[in-house]
Amino acid sequence: MKFREITKKTKIDFMGLRNKMFVLSAFLVLLGLFGFVMVSMGKANLSVDFTGGTELQIRFADPVPISSLRSALISGGIEDVQIQEVAGKNDFFLKTKLMNTGPQRVQDKISSIISASLPGKGFQVLGSNMVGSSVGKTLKQHAIIAIALSLLGIVIYIAWRFNFVFGVAATIATFHDVLALLGIFYLLHLEMNILFITALLTIAGYSLTDTVVVFDRIRENMAKMKSRADLGKVINNSINEVLSRTLITSLTVLLVIAALVVLGGHVLFDFSFALFIGVMVGTYSSIFVASPLIYLWRTRA
Amino acid sequence: MLKSLKLRAILIFVFLFISIIYLVPNIIELEGAWKKYFPSDKIHLGLDLKGGMHLLLALDTKKLMDNMLDRKFNQLKDGMIREGIRFVGLDKSSDSISVVVKADQREKFYNLLGKELPDMKVGASRNEGDSVALDLTYSEKEIANLKDNAIHQALETIRNRIDQFGVSEPVIVQQGESNILVQLPGVKDPERALELIGKTAQLEFKLVDEENAAKAGSGTIPEGDEQLMLKSRNRDTAVTMTTPILLKKQGLLTGDMLTDARVRIGGEFHNEPYVALEFNSEGSRIFDRITGENVGKRIAIVLDNTVYSAPVVRERISGGKASITGGFTPDEAKDLAIVLRAGALPAPVTVIQNITIGPTLGEDSIRKGVQAAVLGGLMVIVFMIFYYRASGIVADIALFLNLIYLLGAFTALKATMTLPGIAGIILTIGMGVDTNVLIFERIREELRLGKTVRAAVDGGYSKAWVTIFDAHITTLITTCILFMFGTGPIKGFAVTLAIGIIINLFTAVFGSKTIFDWILVKYKPRSLSI
Repeated sequence: MKFREITKKTKIDFMGLRNKMFVLSAFLVLLGLFGFVMVSMGKANLSVDFTGGTELQIRFADPVPISSLRSALISGGIEDVQIQEVAGKNDFFLKTKLMNTGPQRVQDKISSIISASLPGKGFQVLGSNMVGSSVGKTLKQHAIIAIALSLLGIVIYIAWRFNFVFGVAATIATFHDVLALLGIFYLLHLEMNILFITALLTIAGYSLTDTVVVFDRIRENMAKMKSRADLGKVINNSINEVLSRTLITSLTVLLVIAALVVLGGHVLFDFSFALFIGVMVGTYSSIFVASPLIYLWRTRA
Repeated sequence: MLKSLKLRAILIFVFLFISIIYLVPNIIELEGAWKKYFPSDKIHLGLDLKGGMHLLLALDTKKLMDNMLDRKFNQLKDGMIREGIRFVGLDKSSDSISVVVKADQREKFYNLLGKELPDMKVGASRNEGDSVALDLTYSEKEIANLKDNAIHQALETIRNRIDQFGVSEPVIVQQGESNILVQLPGVKDPERALELIGKTAQLEFKLVDEENAAKAGSGTIPEGDEQLMLKSRNRDTAVTMTTPILLKKQGLLTGDMLTDARVRIGGEFHNEPYVALEFNSEGSRIFDRITGENVGKRIAIVLDNTVYSAPVVRERISGGKASITGGFTPDEAKDLAIVLRAGALPAPVTVIQNITIGPTLGEDSIRKGVQAAVLGGLMVIVFMIFYYRASGIVADIALFLNLIYLLGAFTALKATMTLPGIAGIILTIGMGVDTNVLIFERIREELRLGKTVRAAVDGGYSKAWVTIFDAHITTLITTCILFMFGTGPIKGFAVTLAIGIIINLFTAVFGSKTIFDWILVKYKPRSLSI
């Protein structure tokens, strides 16, 4: 019987590649840790959800150059403002830190400045988001608790379904993915908002699913294993056996996420981009992080 | 798993039928008799899709305790004077009242406390010569109680205001200890709504201190007085001006004694809208007394520490009627009447989060979400057929079932669809076929081993099952945590993903296996297109 296959029967020596890949993984983890430190210090591109501040999405009927919008805001007294233009439309995203504008709200002040200094351009506020500093603090705490709890839930489940070694390996791999994603986002200076946290948790779940598939096969083959010396071979075979499945599922998930990246619009862009990167990292880690860890642990112990 | 093919098929169709029933109101507008046979709920859209306002308000509990203590302080002072208790000192700090009474007055003082302020407890007491110094504070329990009452009162007040303002399906709930979450879907004028909700609406009548007005001009404010701003609008230029005005701090009458507040137009007020007030019997009596005592003087009408007008009392006013003027626009007058009728907030609130989404943005988001879903779905469907050929069609049917069930369940559960929720559906499409990929790869392995089609299909399903189950559970763990910690939009994501995953376990395993079995029984194929 003939099948359509993206990978023929493979015999890749994944365990042999492990040290090279560990270097890459270590780099990703370090980048993530660095990113985490920067986030804690407030030096990353955090959304107003966390820092407090005001976000506005505005639209003009007629084209307005970003420079004249910026100078209008600055001369109106709004100096610390980030302006982002949506390509192809006359839409802009404005982001300001918490500031004291007296009794007048920041969003009102901004819109009155714009309508006064850029008249006749069909200015319109599509949406706004004002967050006080206390809200951001609670949210940060919740985000950290949520991530910690999911990781804990995952270890417990995997440790129960497999055994402790598998549980720890899966968790390290998941942790690796979360950190890698954080690091890449930090490096690319993409905005981290609540949706990003959601993406982190989703990826934690997804990456685990992937790891579980590989682990299931390793466990199945380990049961048939004759001597411990064969472990490397067994793990290699297991990964090769599920490789096409791993690649196909990642591909289907990546296809739909790509649709979201392209068509989802500004609100979902960072979120879907995070998912896109996360799925790739998750697939990588189940092969090159989780599985070699089992090998290392079992052959040393 | 059910053995009988027929029973399994019936189950799938029953679920399909129920889901479609629930989906009908989303697709066509039902009329007349049809309405009886179909559920009436459509998929509930979140604020990010529908447009509207999401507010998180923090009740100023510090100010609340301050107000409460203020009231107690005055009550205690009046009580001691009335009962003839000699006291040497009486003072108030941020969280306690300190009193120094003569030692022989101690018993009388305790009696007064028990009678008038049973909710306060005596903290430290020190002897100072022939006097005793006492600190009065609220007990922890009492503080919690007061805060709890205040937040409930605030919720009730805000609910009243919004009801009278007229917003359909508002959400007004307590969040955390002292926060209030308000969601106003589809609100047309968010600024006006915010103004209406956020106003403390503390109405007070206070006497203008004209004797000392000159002194205040030079910067010193006499004991027992306060200086507030008088707001006035020039009727011709519509420019609002504020001028300082000196008032006696002690209020004469407050807004809790109002029974009604209505907008009126005309009369002596130059055809301008003004708010007519009506007091209850106690309020009327007090108003009657204070106007009688102060003929020829000015009484200021103070709302949230701004003076709206300070008319001269020409004669005693009986009957409990008063009015507030201040050059209002009709909308301003209407909103003021609403907040006065609904009552004051127990303490000021601050807006700590305000998400406003215009209707354009919501429509935009829906369109983009649906486009992404259609494109993503199509790519997956095409890919599955390309890669697994006829079996890919089986997976696609399972996927289709999943989507119909998901949307049906979503409507039936009255869950709220948000933009991340749409992303959750799209992700479900991607993850849903994951299950079938796992099964198909297993079946291929079995076929490679030379098994018959029947044995390969059965083997593939049973061997993949454990893995599939584990994979679904791990994703469910994270979605549950997301649901626990997430706010509105994130909850929408968690709900769709969770429902999608649970349904997927049914459609991708049970559903697709049923289709396979049906094909195997009916056509008994020698080979499998997979």
